[in-house]
Amino acid sequence: MNTNTPAIEMRGIEKSFGTNPVLKNVDFSVSVGEVHALAGENGAGKSTLMKILQGVYQKDAGEILVSGEQVQITDTFAARKAGIGMVFQEFSLIPTLTVAQNIFLTNEPTKFGLIDDAKARKLALDIFKEMEVEVDPSRTVESMPTALWQLTEIAKALAQNAKVLIMDEPTASLARNEAEGLFALIERLKTRGIAIVYISHRMDEIYRIADRITVLRDGSRVLTESLKKVSPEQIVEAIIGRKAAAHLVHKNRSAKISKEVVLEVKNLSSGPKLQNVSLQVRRGEILGLAGLMGSGRTELVNTLFGILKPTAGTITINGKQLDISSPQQAIQNKIALIPEDRRAQGLVLDHAVTENLTLPLLDGLKSSGLLSKRKILARSKEIIEQFDIRLAYPGIRVGSLSGGNQQKVVIGKWLGTNPEILLMDEPTAGVDIGTKSEILDLVRKIADSGKSVILISSELPELLSVSDRILVLKDGHVSKSLNREEIPSEEFLQLAIQGAA
Amino acid sequence: MSTKTSTNTALNMLKRFEWRQNIIYIGFAAVFILFAVLLSDSGFSNPNNLLNIFRQTATISIMAVAMTYVIAAAEIDLSIGSVAGLAAVVTAMTINSYGLIPGILAGLAVGAISGAISGGLVAWLKVPSFLVTLGMLGLVVGVARWITASAPVPIADQTYITIFGGGDIGPIPGLLVWVVVAVTIGAIVMNKTKFGRHVRATGGNLVAAGFTGVKTAKIKFMVLLISGIAASFAGMLYAGRLQSGRFQWGTGDELSVIAAVILGGTSLFGGRGQVVGSLFGALFIGLINNGLILAGLDVSQQQVVRGAIIILAVALSRKK
Repeated sequence: MNTNTPAIEMRGIEKSFGTNPVLKNVDFSVSVGEVHALAGENGAGKSTLMKILQGVYQKDAGEILVSGEQVQITDTFAARKAGIGMVFQEFSLIPTLTVAQNIFLTNEPTKFGLIDDAKARKLALDIFKEMEVEVDPSRTVESMPTALWQLTEIAKALAQNAKVLIMDEPTASLARNEAEGLFALIERLKTRGIAIVYISHRMDEIYRIADRITVLRDGSRVLTESLKKVSPEQIVEAIIGRKAAAHLVHKNRSAKISKEVVLEVKNLSSGPKLQNVSLQVRRGEILGLAGLMGSGRTELVNTLFGILKPTAGTITINGKQLDISSPQQAIQNKIALIPEDRRAQGLVLDHAVTENLTLPLLDGLKSSGLLSKRKILARSKEIIEQFDIRLAYPGIRVGSLSGGNQQKVVIGKWLGTNPEILLMDEPTAGVDIGTKSEILDLVRKIADSGKSVILISSELPELLSVSDRILVLKDGHVSKSLNREEIPSEEFLQLAIQGAA
Repeated sequence: MSTKTSTNTALNMLKRFEWRQNIIYIGFAAVFILFAVLLSDSGFSNPNNLLNIFRQTATISIMAVAMTYVIAAAEIDLSIGSVAGLAAVVTAMTINSYGLIPGILAGLAVGAISGAISGGLVAWLKVPSFLVTLGMLGLVVGVARWITASAPVPIADQTYITIFGGGDIGPIPGLLVWVVVAVTIGAIVMNKTKFGRHVRATGGNLVAAGFTGVKTAKIKFMVLLISGIAASFAGMLYAGRLQSGRFQWGTGDELSVIAAVILGGTSLFGGRGQVVGSLFGALFIGLINNGLILAGLDVSQQQVVRGAIIILAVALSRKK
């Protein structure tokens, strides 16, 4: 295989939005059959660079070469013609069409001028066979689990003869075994000479799958190196630009955890996914929930918040047994939930930050019976300052903020209600490293102020860095309860989760 | 194909049977049987009565075929009733002054022009189709009243009346032929051509369709253009059947048409389009109208019962 000529090469790419430069003289190349990781904080320029490659944005300066030949990528059609395929983070399939119809959309095989769906199905099946995966091409996309959506997207790119695949956080919505399947597929694609740009925040994955890494920071390329020659610390330092990977180290908390039990759950069950769970949380304590996808973590917090109805068991808060069967009741009892999918469940993306922040607080923001704009703005400004939410002005649309700042808005919104028990479901998912450490610090601060936190995270270092105690869930029940001191290493916890220890 | 694979295919089809998309056929059959039993004395099952149902719903059916495309693309067209009325009067006036062919062309031009204006505004200026076509609804009916001074325009041209409404081909009403042609073309284009596929892709996920290379703006323009032309064609059928052009022809039809399309299994959120289902949705509405009249309900009672049945049916067809 000729690895001398890169599959794609971007040279001296410059791009500004208005007067704001987002890419400064960036070089980036991917060899044939190489997996090249692209890392950087949100806003570092990763997605802009990739959108230029896909023809969504136009570069201001620089050149792009595909297989050694200069190409003009003026729009998405040109990019596809040049062999650049994208596996989107937010899926790019038509849910109501079948797998085969999606794969050949705009490229449908025809017979006598009409679409030949049977042939499309057969061709799709051939592609899946080559990928060594099993997907039924005649199913509609919406009826399949998301892991299969991604395979469909990859098949779609391959059907268009893509030489380069751009994968943006491809494991974000996958369970562990599904992610393993994806990694195996990536290996097979490599041997076929497909070049892959792999965008990810997850260090373990990058080491697992990538050959080289390029790090962008503030629009400039700060590192390109073979992963054999670079340590995780060096990568993190390149990404955040300061000697501070310290956010993943467990810090002793400044405030003592009190003896007082705030929340006591006994034999709680809800449907088949949550069985007989008992736990205690004390004032000022951070309880981490670990477990695989589908282990019942989300179901547990959703039941505590009244979204799922308990079928058995009791919930006691401050010594009082309560019947929590709706979120309203949970809120009244000073419980708040920061949900897993902030875009769908936590925010009204089209509304202003002020409106989102004060939505649960409106009762306290009235004057003479009507909502007071002045009070809403004042309260919002307090929260924005308290949580260091970075925005141009408080009235800006939430949807236009970065992922990390959106998450801070969700947290600020619920802490505004002054809850005693805060449930957080994957609060750092899809957030860059800088904001991640801010959110983790925030969690510590919240607990130090005498609130109790139950935190779900799939990223174990993160869980280990903040939790006082970790509950491991498996198949809907508690398989282990561990004090932080009892966990010597990430590997130990990983084994406990897998059920091997 | 071997028997085994065909049984498997049948099993798979059964497994994938979608309640929402097929309830209309069950509902249609159920209501049909119910009326046939209850109203047997009133002549419901009389072939003439059944053909009448077809005649009366022909205009709704044809507009529903086009509306299926509009809704599958996640747009809406509220102007079709008014466009039908204007097309009816323009056709009548033009036939009276210039003859048959100019009349037909003028009638079709009404829908083409209004559809192109709505479509252009929606596709390229990104104005929501709900607002554009709501405005067009008022504008078009205003024009129709203005040019006729709100008076009916009689049509004397027998050829026109025969082709567009009154005529029969043997025992088959001409209107039935128009409906069959429209539904056949509509169903094939929706399921078997790139255009139909791209309409559903546009409605299913606009951004993804755009990134994949579907010209989504053009698709939106086209569906509203087609809807306009279909509406004016329906208006011309009204004019033929009722032997005159009046601005009232088609008034309120948009609601029946939208109900027919949703009943037929097309999602109001776009991405799905069931042309044959829309036809049965239209026939279902016609069936109910007819049954209620035969049952002897007066007009106000008919309206109440019809409204309730449509709400119920749409609610059922939305169930997953």
